[in-house]
Amino acid sequence: MLQLVKRPQPSKAMTYLSPLLALAITLCAGVVMFQAMGVSPGRALHAFFAAPLASKYGWAELGVKATPLVLIGVALSIGFRAGVWNIGAEGQLTFGAICGGGIALWLHRAETGWVLPLVLLCGALGGMAWAAIPAFLRTKFNTNEILTSLMLTYVAILVLSLLVHGPWRDPGGYNFPESRDFSESATLPIILAGTRLHLGWLLALAMVGATWALLARTLVGFQVKVIGQAPAAGRHAGFSLNRMVWFCFMFAGGAAGLAGIIEVSGPIGQLQPSISPGYGFTAIIVAFLGRLHPLGVLFAGLLLALSYLGGEAAQILLGLPLAVTGVFQGMLLFFLLACDVLIHYRIRPRRRMSSAAA
Amino acid sequence: MEILIPAILTVITAATPLLYAALGELVAEKSGVLNLGVEGMILLGAVCGFAAVYLTGSAAAGIFAGLAGGMALSVVFGVLVLGFQASQVATGLALTIFGIGLSALLGQELVGVAYQGLPKISLPLLSKIPALGPLLFRHDFLVYGSFAMAFAVYWFLARSRAGLVLRAVGDSHDAAHAMGYPVVRIRFAAVLFGGGMAGLAGAYLSLAYSPLWIENMSAGRGWIALALVVFATWRPWRVFIGAYLFGGITILQLHAQVLGVGVPAQVMSMLPYLATIAVLVLISRDRNKIKLNAPACIGKPFHPAA
Amino acid sequence: MKHQNLFRAAAQAAVGAVVGLSLGLTAISASAAEVDNVGFVYVGPVGDHGWTYAHDVARKKLERELGVKTTYVENVPEGADAERVIRQLAASGSDIIFTTSFGYMDPTLKIAKQFPDVRFEHATGYKRAYNVSTYSARFYEGRAVLGTIAGMMSKSGKAGYIASFPIPEVVRGINAFTLAMRKVNPNAEVRVIWVNSWFDPGKEGDAAKALIDQGIDVITQHTDSPAPLQVAQERGVYAFGQASDMRTFAPDAQLTAVVNNWGDYYVERVKALQNDSWRSQDTWDGIGPGMVRIAPYGDAVPAKVRAVADVIAQNIANGAVHPFAGPFKSGDGKHSVKRGEVLDDETLLGMNWYVEGVQGGQ
Repeated sequence: MLQLVKRPQPSKAMTYLSPLLALAITLCAGVVMFQAMGVSPGRALHAFFAAPLASKYGWAELGVKATPLVLIGVALSIGFRAGVWNIGAEGQLTFGAICGGGIALWLHRAETGWVLPLVLLCGALGGMAWAAIPAFLRTKFNTNEILTSLMLTYVAILVLSLLVHGPWRDPGGYNFPESRDFSESATLPIILAGTRLHLGWLLALAMVGATWALLARTLVGFQVKVIGQAPAAGRHAGFSLNRMVWFCFMFAGGAAGLAGIIEVSGPIGQLQPSISPGYGFTAIIVAFLGRLHPLGVLFAGLLLALSYLGGEAAQILLGLPLAVTGVFQGMLLFFLLACDVLIHYRIRPRRRMSSAAA
Repeated sequence: MEILIPAILTVITAATPLLYAALGELVAEKSGVLNLGVEGMILLGAVCGFAAVYLTGSAAAGIFAGLAGGMALSVVFGVLVLGFQASQVATGLALTIFGIGLSALLGQELVGVAYQGLPKISLPLLSKIPALGPLLFRHDFLVYGSFAMAFAVYWFLARSRAGLVLRAVGDSHDAAHAMGYPVVRIRFAAVLFGGGMAGLAGAYLSLAYSPLWIENMSAGRGWIALALVVFATWRPWRVFIGAYLFGGITILQLHAQVLGVGVPAQVMSMLPYLATIAVLVLISRDRNKIKLNAPACIGKPFHPAA
Repeated sequence: MKHQNLFRAAAQAAVGAVVGLSLGLTAISASAAEVDNVGFVYVGPVGDHGWTYAHDVARKKLERELGVKTTYVENVPEGADAERVIRQLAASGSDIIFTTSFGYMDPTLKIAKQFPDVRFEHATGYKRAYNVSTYSARFYEGRAVLGTIAGMMSKSGKAGYIASFPIPEVVRGINAFTLAMRKVNPNAEVRVIWVNSWFDPGKEGDAAKALIDQGIDVITQHTDSPAPLQVAQERGVYAFGQASDMRTFAPDAQLTAVVNNWGDYYVERVKALQNDSWRSQDTWDGIGPGMVRIAPYGDAVPAKVRAVADVIAQNIANGAVHPFAGPFKSGDGKHSVKRGEVLDDETLLGMNWYVEGVQGGQ
């Protein structure tokens, strides 16, 4: 049997090597799994990892899919560092789409340059407004934010449903549940001709940079790190926990709201009942997979986005049911998470009984 | 009155899966482990339970297989989180993705298969009591089991020595370790219990609530169960109240729709979520009471100092 | 009952250039009559036992009967992802692609523009192009038959309707059912519960229980799972299957079912492509052409009821009876249809009001 021994210091090398090791293990496990299912492992792994990126369009789609994951993931990581458990980013995304989308519908005749910035701003503000509810309840009434933010997600989705089934329907759309198409001036510009890659991807990258700067260079970033690692020390230093809760919720809510309005004013182009296949929840994995570090979150977002594209390719090229993708994706995540143990621990043969190994 | 009894019976069926899953998660969290993979474990329990009944025809086998299915998935979680010190939040969410996929894969041949549902057990004499009889003493095994389990978990955590140790592990793993308790093993057992209970919740869904297998049939109940643990401020009897409150308002709004209230259906569907928030706000105003109950080490990895 | 460019004028106003192209009805100058692959985009998992399941049954029939290769992608969200999936199918060699949910409408048209040699078939939408057809089924015809049976079988005169979302498709079904039921029993009443989901077996079953608890003895549904039928079976009331014959789940309770039969249409369209006669068109078929089928009656349906239901189905099929023939009016009195009048397809397509006798309309 093997045993974990804590390293005196986190291993720098393993910080970079562990994801590669995890990928190698995933490939091996994938070979076994696909072989067992009677699918050619070579073709299956090709479909998952190579086929989606075989063209310029594919690379652009990776950016499109990763945009909301990175944008939300990176913002959530601040809160998770500080111990603020906002798991309702999906609701904040939805409410951002509602607020920004509402402005876009209201101004559908306006054809000036300021419409898009205004729409994006309202999207971010909408996300912040929805995030303000759990923040207020937590700071004022001590109400656990896990429950409130999660429950408010369902409420936000129902609000969107109410609007697109009712007052915000496209007047020329035979009462189907979708709004009119956003005007050109409320639509995100494409940044790579012949693809769907839109301005939102640059905003996501900017968010990564901004968050990195926030953590590395600002007092707020310092407070986040201190409160996360030692709340008592934070209190001693006079940092207000309530202010921190508000900051984390506003930061993540704004980013999630922005992600929501980016989805509807970018690739979707209108409001409809379903605007996100759970990006707000997936972004939580992305945040932790990226070890709550902005650059890590960027890579994690891209990897997860690739696994979704790969799942589609596996269905199209090999006829593998979606269920297989879920299993494979789960395995990939398990290995990635497990291999991170090597950053802080060494593995050595067990000498005596210890409670450390399960 | 005529409507009241069947309506309450419907509430019981709606609350039972939530109760199982939330009780299991409560015990896991009390030991200091946060497992967000409840939805995945419920689905695996549901498909295993249904498959077992399909293959053997025995309801007992179905219940047992549901329990085992949920537990099997929680083993994966336990190994990763307790053995490899992986992030609990991320591993739990990955477990949900994995569980949804695996259950769909296993259940491919079960779609369209019918089952008449778990047999109802009428307790002799007691079930004859007017009103109370049908309400309390004419259920299937899993409903009785959920009552018993709620009490058992309450007793275990509040009254038993083992429960005291479990709580100690959740509140300060270092202190518990110093006192010689096997922290990891205790947590692993709690995780397994959580998985088994989620599996039973799944078995209840596919064997009693709506006896069939359909992909993703839990429809988000795992998340509600997670929220209920928070709602209950980590107290078993409040989990019970929370599950019945949530189930009750869900059913109430359906009845209100039948009677015709003239409120948009989306607003009606919001009620259970809004009510849960409102009640939690009322409960949580007393800061100290909640702090005392929340396990201090929740989500934190443990490794004994070498 | 093929309706070529059903409501051309109105749709043209709404869609402009896209439909404008279809007016010419130009066939694509396809040289190859060979169909290598047929693509399908599904909104749910194939294991949903409802909408997507019915499409997948049809896909398998297509494979069996024509020997063509098919490819499907399941659980494709109606959002940003749909466009990519449809494009990937087009780019990887599908000659014709069926996109089987309303929310795929704009993505389908967008990709159709980029792949002029590929044909597209979009279910339940209203925007077409020269290489995009639309198709849907007149499920309301089937629901009129169900309403007739419900009217004759219900002792209380109250039927329950478990509904998903207030979209015209669902509203139309509720109205057709109610009108037919009240023709048999003028005092009949239909109570609607909205569960805000296409798919949640537990909640659908709970809705069925709530309806039955309030004295309803026939239930029907516009949600996907057989759970309400199981409840009906247990409680000893009647119910109707949805999308497929659900008799196995409720051997005594199921009176009949509206069966979605897409298979014949898929075979016909792919055959048309093979012999080069594929044209952009709008298909809205009902009982007559067999796109909507009435499942065999359950044992509980007496001979007299069967006879009446058969006549109604037959008359609807041959056009002698229209489920939305006047006289009737809406519950709020704002709309009324006189004797001798029939609601036209365009009104039906966008229907968002409820006929008299519906309680709980949104």
